[in-house]
Amino acid sequence: MQILRETQEALGWLSPETITAIAKGVGWPRAKVEGTAGFYSFFHTQPLGRYRVLWSDNVTDRMLGNRDLMQAMCRKLWLEPGRVSEDGLVSVDTTSCTGMCDQGPAVLVNYRAVTRMNPERVAQMADLIRAEVPVAEWPAEWFRIQDNVRRADILLNNAMKPGEALQARTPDPTAVLDEIKKSGLRGRGGAGFAAGLKWEACRDAPGDERYVVCNADEGEPGTFKDRVLLTRQADLVFEGMTVAAYAIGARKGYLYLRGEYRYLLEPLKSVLATRRDAGLLGADILGRRGFDFDIEVHLGAGAYVCGEESALIESLEGKRGVPRNRPPYPVTAGFLGKPTVVNNVETFAAAALIAAKGGDWYRGIGTAKSAGTKLLSVSGDVARPGIYEYPFGVTIADVLADAGAVETQAVQVSGPSGICVADNEFGRRIAFEDIPTAGAFMVFDRSRDMFEVARNFAQFFAHESCGFCTPCRVGTTILKNLMDKIGDGHGTQADISEIFQVSRVLQMAAHCGLGHTAPHPLLDTIEKFRPAYERRLKSLDFEPAFDLDGALAQARQMTGRDDLAAHLENAE
Amino acid sequence: MSGTFTLDGREIPFEPGQTVMQAALAAGVFVPHLCYHPEFRPHGSCKLCTMKVNGRPATSCTLPAATGMEVESDTAEINDKRRMLIQMLLVEGNHFCPSCEKSGNCKLQALGYALGVMTPHFTHFFPDRPVDASHPDMLLDFNRCILCELCIRASAEVDQKNVFALSGRGMKKHLIVNAESGRLADTDFAPTDKAAEVCPVGVILRKRRGFAVPIGKRTYDLKPITEQVERFMPVTPATKEKVR
Repeated sequence: MQILRETQEALGWLSPETITAIAKGVGWPRAKVEGTAGFYSFFHTQPLGRYRVLWSDNVTDRMLGNRDLMQAMCRKLWLEPGRVSEDGLVSVDTTSCTGMCDQGPAVLVNYRAVTRMNPERVAQMADLIRAEVPVAEWPAEWFRIQDNVRRADILLNNAMKPGEALQARTPDPTAVLDEIKKSGLRGRGGAGFAAGLKWEACRDAPGDERYVVCNADEGEPGTFKDRVLLTRQADLVFEGMTVAAYAIGARKGYLYLRGEYRYLLEPLKSVLATRRDAGLLGADILGRRGFDFDIEVHLGAGAYVCGEESALIESLEGKRGVPRNRPPYPVTAGFLGKPTVVNNVETFAAAALIAAKGGDWYRGIGTAKSAGTKLLSVSGDVARPGIYEYPFGVTIADVLADAGAVETQAVQVSGPSGICVADNEFGRRIAFEDIPTAGAFMVFDRSRDMFEVARNFAQFFAHESCGFCTPCRVGTTILKNLMDKIGDGHGTQADISEIFQVSRVLQMAAHCGLGHTAPHPLLDTIEKFRPAYERRLKSLDFEPAFDLDGALAQARQMTGRDDLAAHLENAE
Repeated sequence: MSGTFTLDGREIPFEPGQTVMQAALAAGVFVPHLCYHPEFRPHGSCKLCTMKVNGRPATSCTLPAATGMEVESDTAEINDKRRMLIQMLLVEGNHFCPSCEKSGNCKLQALGYALGVMTPHFTHFFPDRPVDASHPDMLLDFNRCILCELCIRASAEVDQKNVFALSGRGMKKHLIVNAESGRLADTDFAPTDKAAEVCPVGVILRKRRGFAVPIGKRTYDLKPITEQVERFMPVTPATKEKVR
């Protein structure tokens, strides 16, 4: 994948000849390389313009007006979204959430993040593109990403020196593992599996090599905490990975960084280099004979499903990011078939703290079943969007008050795959015992239409399904089409019951968590915000999905007519 | 480890390493499937073999059998979901049974009958999938592809050629061939390849061999697929003899 990315960065796109050459170079069948290139949104096997502008299309970006801004940009560039300009100069399109929800609307320009888009920036950007000014010469201010840390606790406030966590424990891997187990640390990616048990299972699995993988494929819309951790606490994250390597006996680690965070690649590489120079990575770390470990950064290329750990491993191996059949689990057969620990960025950062300060200390923070703190990525209708670190057990209402939310209608916790919380539930707590979360916290006030929120999420899942299994590949698209039908005013009660039926198939038969959770936002909002659906429904029991107006749209465009429903008048 | 589990109340023995589905088939119990083939490693993508194991949904073709499992398969609830999966596949591609050379030999069609699919139910997607007729002896009609990956596995594992692969993602996922031109004629595919005979539907067809067996006399015309479980039993000399 890194070869594909670097080649594309040099040549602009991956032509058939380029793919043949790469396949020859790596000794893979050509079709397999083409299959990898075709899987990821950020690889193109068609030329897409020397400038490629991708608008982040999370619901939070939409609330900040990204659609109008994108249309304005397209008008200025004489473009249609998704089409390359005639002269091959530029294309403008949407992409899944880029992790800048606290400072949207956001775009990626040639895969570099620009935030806080507004009409002036759109106009200036269009001018720069038309004048063919290289992106490297664009105003530096545009590429400045704010951290927006609003509440810091043990993680974000820590001032540990690099190497402190590694030096803290006696040179005994078992002692390190015991502290992690004692701490009660649970995975921060959402599922909440006990980190100590995972590490132990990996250490005990038969194999001559082991790997430590840090999951920084932060793709869940509305989540951006890993972005901030990797900006401010990269040393702590790498230190946590090194602690894990020491505990399980791994010599090699990878940080899988999502493609949207391309701009973090060089800073992270330089942190790694500094750690190598300080003897904190490489051979005989801290002078301990045989404690060898090094870390490489692997950049993703725009595929949400790679956040699933076995898909992430497939992607690390250069393949299509399709979740594996399990068992076996990664702890016994992971990267290259070897025992592998995959943990979230935040989990490794917490592990470093635990190694330094002890499991008992950590266990004392948070709640009974949820030790420690949690980083929340707060966005949407709040006065102060950004990162909030709380001990587990904080209520939704407390977070809303801290972030300056008023007239709140709902909060989507843990992103589209999480749970939609209505105002009568704001006393509930962020903890594995109540509402577990990977970190997203999107706030919607009373002016927002919860149907449109759910529709955005349905579009997201249909776009991000890997397509491996039938129910998710087809089912997510059927759900999206049903939401569009209802949204366009053609929905009936039959379509609501259809959503339930398709959802049940997904929940029962889908291959991985993506398919299992894809129906959640629809089912949650139908249950809690039914009027948002009802007011769109026709009183009929059923209306066919065929839309004559829609079918005539192309003909109208070709003849330059904008008289929707004119065929009905003619019929009279 | 060998042992037994119960499937819809019936005791099923299993051999070490067998999956729930393999054990069921070996015991003569039909299990709906499309991406499974007795000669290949289980794949787990079509999800038609989904069952409930100890009350929880599971993909039976990839789930190792274990002693004491309580498995449900042939129930109204599960068959409802299976029917819907068939309907999803029918609207995802372009399937016109009356004009398809594979009619009667097609597993998708046979399972449609077996599971009582009376209509496609969902709105057709009508994807645009051009056929590839470039090869002198073989035709690829991608309209019917259900993405079971059997041809990919056969070409890689048996033929050692890697003629087929997948590209795209989600609804845009599609079968590709191993050639810069994208044409089958420019690959080393041969009609004698294993990959030429494993397609459960009508994608990979031989040219000049149309309708050699008349419709009505074909494999699943003669007997429903549910009564032909011996065709799918794990490969042993005895089962090979039965199929013949």
